[in-house]
Amino acid sequence: MIRVQREDFDPGAEMTALTQGRYDVGGVACFVGLVRDMAGDKPIAAMTLEHYPGMTEKKLAEIEAEAHRRWPLQASLVIHRFGRLQPGDRIVLVITASAHRQAALESCQFLIDWLKTDAPFWKLEETPDGGEWVSARDSDESAKKRWL
Amino acid sequence: MKLLYFALFRARIGRGEEELAPPAEVKTVGGLVDWLAQRGPGYRAALADRRLVRVAVNQDYVDFDHPVAANDEVALFPPVTGG
Repeated sequence: MIRVQREDFDPGAEMTALTQGRYDVGGVACFVGLVRDMAGDKPIAAMTLEHYPGMTEKKLAEIEAEAHRRWPLQASLVIHRFGRLQPGDRIVLVITASAHRQAALESCQFLIDWLKTDAPFWKLEETPDGGEWVSARDSDESAKKRWL
Repeated sequence: MKLLYFALFRARIGRGEEELAPPAEVKTVGGLVDWLAQRGPGYRAALADRRLVRVAVNQDYVDFDHPVAANDEVALFPPVTGG
């Protein structure tokens, strides 16, 4: 399941809902991404996430389908927010559920690694010097390559 | 052709979306980027470093040798930074 939304989400409630009434799930893995208050040595007052409506949902659905091809997953959920967020706010949620822990844990990391390099989102940080678009990191690309 | 620009490219070009009719000799993404870069300083600045230009045609990532056609939706943007 994919959701792209402006609103916050409740990771506990989402995890409960995803496995409600199921008895074939033995392990659930969860990743939550938050807004930090520093970018390197610069304080961040807020950040604005922009995305490409349509393509975002399409890419996230493709990434999720790929995770289901690679691991025996009973359920999965990806929520990514857009709009203006402040330090401490939640940005992204990935939940994966499987019969066993290894598939849940690995696929959760796979999903966050892949969505960082493939989902069309961009971050604009509000620093004391004004708005600055975040540059892509080589380390994100190498994190994805681990899964190729 | 529907052109979309996101993030830093939108800021530099000064708009997020426009309809353009590139000349017939523009047949590929690379040709389109070359042609757009001539359209003004904002375009030139956005598209100066081709290693930092990502392109999606009809919402799929493509390389610079991918063909473009009149009714395509072509999005140009810097490397993504979500998650």
